Amino acid sequence: MDQLIDIAVIGAGHAGIEAALAAARLGCRTAIFTINLDWVGNMPCNPSIGGSSKGHLVREIDALGGEMARAADETAIQCRMLNLGKGPAVHSPRAQVDRRAYADSMKHRLELQPNLEIRQAEIVDLVRCAGSVERPWSISTRTGTRIAAKCVILATGTFLRGRVHVGQASCDGGPDGMPSARALTQALRALDIPLRRFKTGTPPRLHRRSVDLSRMELQRGDPEAVPFSFETRAEPRQSALCYLTYTTRETKRVILENLHQSPLYSGQIEGVGPRYCPSIEDKIVRFPDKERHALFLEPCGERTEELYLQGCSSSLPEDVQMAFLRTIPGLEACEVTRPAYAIEYDCADPLALRHSLEFRELPGLFGAGQFNGSSGYEEAAAQGLIAGINAAHRVLGRPAFVLSRAEAYIGTLIDDLVTKGCGDPYRMMTSRSEFRLLLRHDSADRRLLPYGRALGLVSRERFARHQEKLAAIETEKRRAEKTTIPSSRELNLLLESLGSSPISSGARLADLLRRPRLGYAPLEPYDSTRPGDLSREVAEQVEIDLKYAGYIKRQQAQVQEMNRLEAVRLPEDLDYEKLASLRMEAREKLAKVRPETLGQASRISGVNPADISVLMIFLKTKGQL
Amino acid sequence: MKALDTIAAIATPNAPGGIGIVRISGSAAIVTAQKLFYRKKSVDWSRLQGYHMMYGTIKAAGEAPEQPVLGDTGNEKIPNDGNCELRAAHCEMIDEAICLVFRSPGSYTGEDVVELQCHGGLIVLRRVLRAVLACGTGVRLAEPGEFTKRAFLNGKLDLAKAEAVMQLVRARSEQASRAAAAAMGGSLSQRIAEIRGGLIALAAHSSAWIDYPEDVIEELPPERVALALHNAREALRALLSRCEANEAVMEGVDTVLLGKPNVGKSTLMNQLAGYSRSIVTELPGTTRDTVTEMVQLGNVLLRLTDTAGIHETEHPIERIGVERSRTAAARAALLLLLLDASAPLSEEDEALLAQCEGERTIVLCNKSDLGLALDLGALRAKHPYVLPVSAATGEGLESLARALERLLGTERFSPCEPMLATQRQRHCAEEALAALQEAVQALEQGFGLDAIQICVEDAVQALYSLTGERAGEAIVNEVFEHFCVGK
Repeated sequence: MDQLIDIAVIGAGHAGIEAALAAARLGCRTAIFTINLDWVGNMPCNPSIGGSSKGHLVREIDALGGEMARAADETAIQCRMLNLGKGPAVHSPRAQVDRRAYADSMKHRLELQPNLEIRQAEIVDLVRCAGSVERPWSISTRTGTRIAAKCVILATGTFLRGRVHVGQASCDGGPDGMPSARALTQALRALDIPLRRFKTGTPPRLHRRSVDLSRMELQRGDPEAVPFSFETRAEPRQSALCYLTYTTRETKRVILENLHQSPLYSGQIEGVGPRYCPSIEDKIVRFPDKERHALFLEPCGERTEELYLQGCSSSLPEDVQMAFLRTIPGLEACEVTRPAYAIEYDCADPLALRHSLEFRELPGLFGAGQFNGSSGYEEAAAQGLIAGINAAHRVLGRPAFVLSRAEAYIGTLIDDLVTKGCGDPYRMMTSRSEFRLLLRHDSADRRLLPYGRALGLVSRERFARHQEKLAAIETEKRRAEKTTIPSSRELNLLLESLGSSPISSGARLADLLRRPRLGYAPLEPYDSTRPGDLSREVAEQVEIDLKYAGYIKRQQAQVQEMNRLEAVRLPEDLDYEKLASLRMEAREKLAKVRPETLGQASRISGVNPADISVLMIFLKTKGQL
Repeated sequence: MKALDTIAAIATPNAPGGIGIVRISGSAAIVTAQKLFYRKKSVDWSRLQGYHMMYGTIKAAGEAPEQPVLGDTGNEKIPNDGNCELRAAHCEMIDEAICLVFRSPGSYTGEDVVELQCHGGLIVLRRVLRAVLACGTGVRLAEPGEFTKRAFLNGKLDLAKAEAVMQLVRARSEQASRAAAAAMGGSLSQRIAEIRGGLIALAAHSSAWIDYPEDVIEELPPERVALALHNAREALRALLSRCEANEAVMEGVDTVLLGKPNVGKSTLMNQLAGYSRSIVTELPGTTRDTVTEMVQLGNVLLRLTDTAGIHETEHPIERIGVERSRTAAARAALLLLLLDASAPLSEEDEALLAQCEGERTIVLCNKSDLGLALDLGALRAKHPYVLPVSAATGEGLESLARALERLLGTERFSPCEPMLATQRQRHCAEEALAALQEAVQALEQGFGLDAIQICVEDAVQALYSLTGERAGEAIVNEVFEHFCVGK
């Protein structure tokens, strides 16, 4: 007799974890399957979480009740806010994380979750049971157990038919020496899921004692660490130091001379690699004018001597890696504990997915993470959360939960994947969002916590605390509008030193805060009525709201402009092949993506404004516009 | 699900001419031609290549009760070979014609297109069109501008070029036509793409700088950002500053001819228009209505309105005329005030001069051939443009033309320069410029790239709208409503 559950999650990486936790928290009987239970939430590449736009994703996951932010705060060993000085929209939190501790923490979180079963097992088959309306999906483990489920979430990462390459040497395998999942691909093909082959890579790890850190630039964490989770009160640890070095002319020479030994250039690897995360050989070939490339050494944890060499992923043979590493200042005598390697894996074409991350043609089957063609832990976790929520909603008979591009980076990420598809592993970037100023990392709770609460993933207590924060922001804004700061010689000296014009009589605090170079911190001595308990978070929100009001308004107008097209729904059964006045390319792309709205249609590459005009005219003649 | 209908219209002017064209566009264009166009030699219509030209006759069921027997009705006895004699037995010949066949997408609209070139008589053309509409293939009459609308929808033209087609069709002068042709060739689209390109490059650099904090990408120094914004702004300003001159050449300037009764306004009007239109008499107040003429002076087009002689009157009919002329003067972009040079300024003249103060005015002193009683120097002290003319002989009109060109800035007008030709285009350019102003302001105040980029993005979007590379229903409709049928 089959075991019966609601939702099966295949894979316990960053996507699988969020999917399983969300589904279980929404009350669904959930099981998560992983090939190696000791490496739940593994970080097979960089030992860090966050970064430009990825930090935004982590904070959004947190506001929706996801887990990544809390686990990262707990196991962080160095925190930095990136892009300070480039404007608040692009400030991005990033943390070095102890990867062993992170995996253990995640495993424990899964274990403590009610409704969630954790199973170490390779899934070798996935079939649709035509007979069962109740549980249409059946999965089988390598050891012969069958489980029937209402929904299945595929979060297979790089395990699916994974193949590892180091130079000409290659073997079947998953990340970090784990086995690959070779059988499942066949089952997915039988379901007509469009599969493709992607490739990614990771740099070498070095032994700390073999590296001359004194010859490198030191990078410390920020004096005041900003945690990922809006709920984290304890300041994250700042125990680790990172180091910066650069490639040399000699590095370039060694790599160029041995380029022919790379499996990428010889054609041994067929998978497409991430354009925005190139290997060191790629960087050298593509940017021949660049004298040197920056490389960062990041500790893999507190209880290990391994250092991760960021910026240096490669698929060159081990001896060539050794040769070029030794041309880098500080690495002349380096010991490599693990060589850089490339890994190829099977993944799905995300154009076959809806915004809910459910396969359009396979109700109850969802995809998340690298399986959907993305790259990165944070991108994976974000999709896992949404897939988990939507699988649960399907089980519970609730409508799909979809975030728009104007609400979240998560919405942008998923819309990009299911609308534009991806020709290479998709990496989140701030430039992918048209609404950066609205989607700031610091506003993630204001944007998304109400959804988290409505979904049932955010507790009543947490939501109440959030509302207190909102009230505090309003109170402080009113105080800033009412408070007059008298003119004084000291204040005017300060203003001038900050490049701001002096004031002759008093000025309202709000008006001073609106000035670009001024903020709460420098004005403190002159702001006598400032409440003692004014938190950094509240002050920051007030300052941004005041300073950027005009630009936020402009951006909101842009959102409204987008929403005009977004509001026009396209009929599900629209036969694009028969719309003769559409160009051939547009017809094909529209038929493939099957956009839900005119707005989505307009973002499909290969569909131009003229095609949208044709669709408008068509809808008009049908009386649907 | 239905594709767009097949449409047809007379594509040549609604006037007798040597040749007249009926144009048919859409999936049923070729089958329609097959039903009406007859040729001695049989034609395999389905295999006909694009850019094919044939001589033959157009026939259609005349008053005869029976419909023509057609090859594609499924009647097996009659082969579908296009042989005219057999099929056309019951048909009446309408005209001899050349049939031009264009295959999608290699046609003006991007659809299958057939042009039937007939003799240019209006009656003939109307009969051919009627036959096309009535032959049972579902062809309907094209709406104004619909052929060009389809060309736009099928990606054959961008919006700016489509608008240029409209300009070309309506061009009232050679200059206007040359300018429209340049725009149709893409001179405006190209200039806009250049401006946009600079802004996008700016955005791309800042994005890389933000998205790769570890890659040590150089920050764009504020001077470089400022320079990029400045260049885009200047390019837009240059385009906008030429708008008025362009309009003067392309569209015409609303001009009102003012003057007391009987000063010679109608005579001047007629002189300018080249033929008599207003009634000219010696009795004051004979011109009761406003009369508008399109007049070309130098390279300037004037939409010149003659007003009833402005003076207070009790006569009811005249009062209406007077009121109309006041309204016209209030709306005008340019005033031509006609004075009698042979008599000193009357009270009415003084009142009119006062009315013109602060308005763009050219003062014309008529009957200067009869001797000067006016003090031109005194007039010039208040009005920069004071010219002696003779409405009767046309003397002085040459210097009026030069003055107009100077006043409206059309002296250096070059039809090859890109120009904003429509209100819509101008509006988009103004929107882009406003967004850039705000970006510059943000930069000067020391705001981060966030704020600057939001404004730059707005500017880029406005420029996409300008060339129609951003979809918007309003744009599409607005533009095509103004097209004439058949183009």
